[in-house]
Amino acid sequence: MSLDKATVARIARLARVSLPEKDLAPLAEELSGILTWIEQLGEVNTDGVAPMTSVVGHALHHREDQVTDGNCRNDVLANAPESTDGYFVVPKVVE
Amino acid sequence: MSAALNDLSLAEARDMLGAREVSAQELTDAHLEAMQGAGALNAFVVETADRAHADAVRSDERLGKGEGGILEGIPVAIKDLFCTQGISSTAGSHILEGFLPPYESTVTANMWREGAVMLGKTNMDEFAMGSSNETSFYGPVRNPWRANGDDRDRVPGGSSGGSAAAVAASLCLGATGTDTGGSIRQPAAFTGIVGLKPTYGRCSRWGIVAFASSLDQAGPMTRTVRDAAIMLRAMAGHDPKDSTAVDVAIPDYEAALGRSVKGLRIGIPAEYRIDGTPGEIVELWDEGIAWLKEAGAEIVEVSLPHTKYALPAYYIVAPAEASSNLARYDGVRYGLRHDRDDLTDMYEATRAAGFGAEVKRRILIGTYVLSAGYYDAYYLQAQKVRTLIADDFRNAWNKVDALLTPTTPESAFGIGEKSDDPVAMYLNDIFTVPANMAGLPAISVPAGLSAHGLPLGLQVVGRAFDEETVLQVGHVLERAAAFDHRPAPWWRDQS
Repeated sequence: MSLDKATVARIARLARVSLPEKDLAPLAEELSGILTWIEQLGEVNTDGVAPMTSVVGHALHHREDQVTDGNCRNDVLANAPESTDGYFVVPKVVE
Repeated sequence: MSAALNDLSLAEARDMLGAREVSAQELTDAHLEAMQGAGALNAFVVETADRAHADAVRSDERLGKGEGGILEGIPVAIKDLFCTQGISSTAGSHILEGFLPPYESTVTANMWREGAVMLGKTNMDEFAMGSSNETSFYGPVRNPWRANGDDRDRVPGGSSGGSAAAVAASLCLGATGTDTGGSIRQPAAFTGIVGLKPTYGRCSRWGIVAFASSLDQAGPMTRTVRDAAIMLRAMAGHDPKDSTAVDVAIPDYEAALGRSVKGLRIGIPAEYRIDGTPGEIVELWDEGIAWLKEAGAEIVEVSLPHTKYALPAYYIVAPAEASSNLARYDGVRYGLRHDRDDLTDMYEATRAAGFGAEVKRRILIGTYVLSAGYYDAYYLQAQKVRTLIADDFRNAWNKVDALLTPTTPESAFGIGEKSDDPVAMYLNDIFTVPANMAGLPAISVPAGLSAHGLPLGLQVVGRAFDEETVLQVGHVLERAAAFDHRPAPWWRDQS
């Protein structure tokens, strides 16, 4: 699989990472190299094989449906780059 | 004259503390002093001397009353992937610079409960993505080991490279690591120490910065197999906060050591004999086989037919999970923020500035393989191959009790040597990744030196939740190898 610059720009947008135009071509080449190497997986016959969903296969625990955490608003906000009146602050999204 | 206090093994220090032949404060001071003289290694990103002193005072009080936990008074270092309450936790990334967790990871909380003394946080590849420690925002760690007659800096391996270097240079008695594709075992092999990746689910992942959630597992890095057994017991355990942390009894791992391996069946997987593996790696492997045979084990050739697909499957599964896990770094709740007028612009600018090249590469690959139209061809196919890899191991367990392989295909390489070729870097994990894909416990034990005087490791892989056999076989290898080499402390002249 070879990725072109437009595809790299599209997945960068999906991943919310801005990339300068000059990085697109070298990244396209690098990612194409990695994907070409990965594509050997296509030669494995997986007909009738179930995809792995749990590596150790143990049953999940049940617990009482009780509140075990909370009342820690200041802790939650303590690392925020910007907060006001108990809220996270982000750039305006509604005009 | 007895050895310096920081050169003791964890087990020796524990016994001396228990007998009050040394105090936790003396032991802690010896390590803090060694750390001060080792700045050139760049093994630590945070040093917590005040905390260490306070911990040591508390431990001496408990020990004085004949009390204390499994690690009472033992100075340890913590990989910076573990969240530690009120102490900077960055995962080696610029995007988490200044982050002070308001909570403590379960594994470290378990260790403090058992009396461990915290020396500081260790350097690592950014978000644990790397095999050389060169992707850390805080600069590469230098391997304490150098090749004979060659003073060039070598990588300590990664991603737990700071922990590995700190243990190898006797800056701590043990350190935590995490292993997603080999990040405990490969640096352990590169620095001549012991590294144990437990079974997936043995240690809680709660409070460990997530990389690939279905693969990540915490484990001990120490100078001896016994030390790893002691430390794992303190780290492990069920945790209601991590649904994948299994509620099974934690054995006294130390009791497994010294048990004979007579009659134990050790598998040698044919597919690990890869063309191009250096002769000295193959010879070391053969030597390991001979040691176990001599100790009475039965050697059995086994086949794990899907071995060669483990690494490419890993490079779909791990980036896919990472791209999802790392979506949380958005400049809103914690960490770095690059302000823009528009919200999406702010996300994009923050993430562009906060993530390094390798992390971006993996986020892009992960986003691509999960994107519409490609999911079946990549992600679903990789998860099916993963089932086949796990089946290979399951079949092997019908014939054998553990597997013996080399840990890495080479010894520590030079800093900068592989930075331009991502796939060449990924190939370093070729022998370690399969155990992660199948969730199995595996240990790396230092077993010899390369022709250039650099350490080499052997790996033992066991059945799920059978860390005891892994430790038992590792212990036999350790005794047979009698690896007592230590790196010459060149770094002390540079601090």
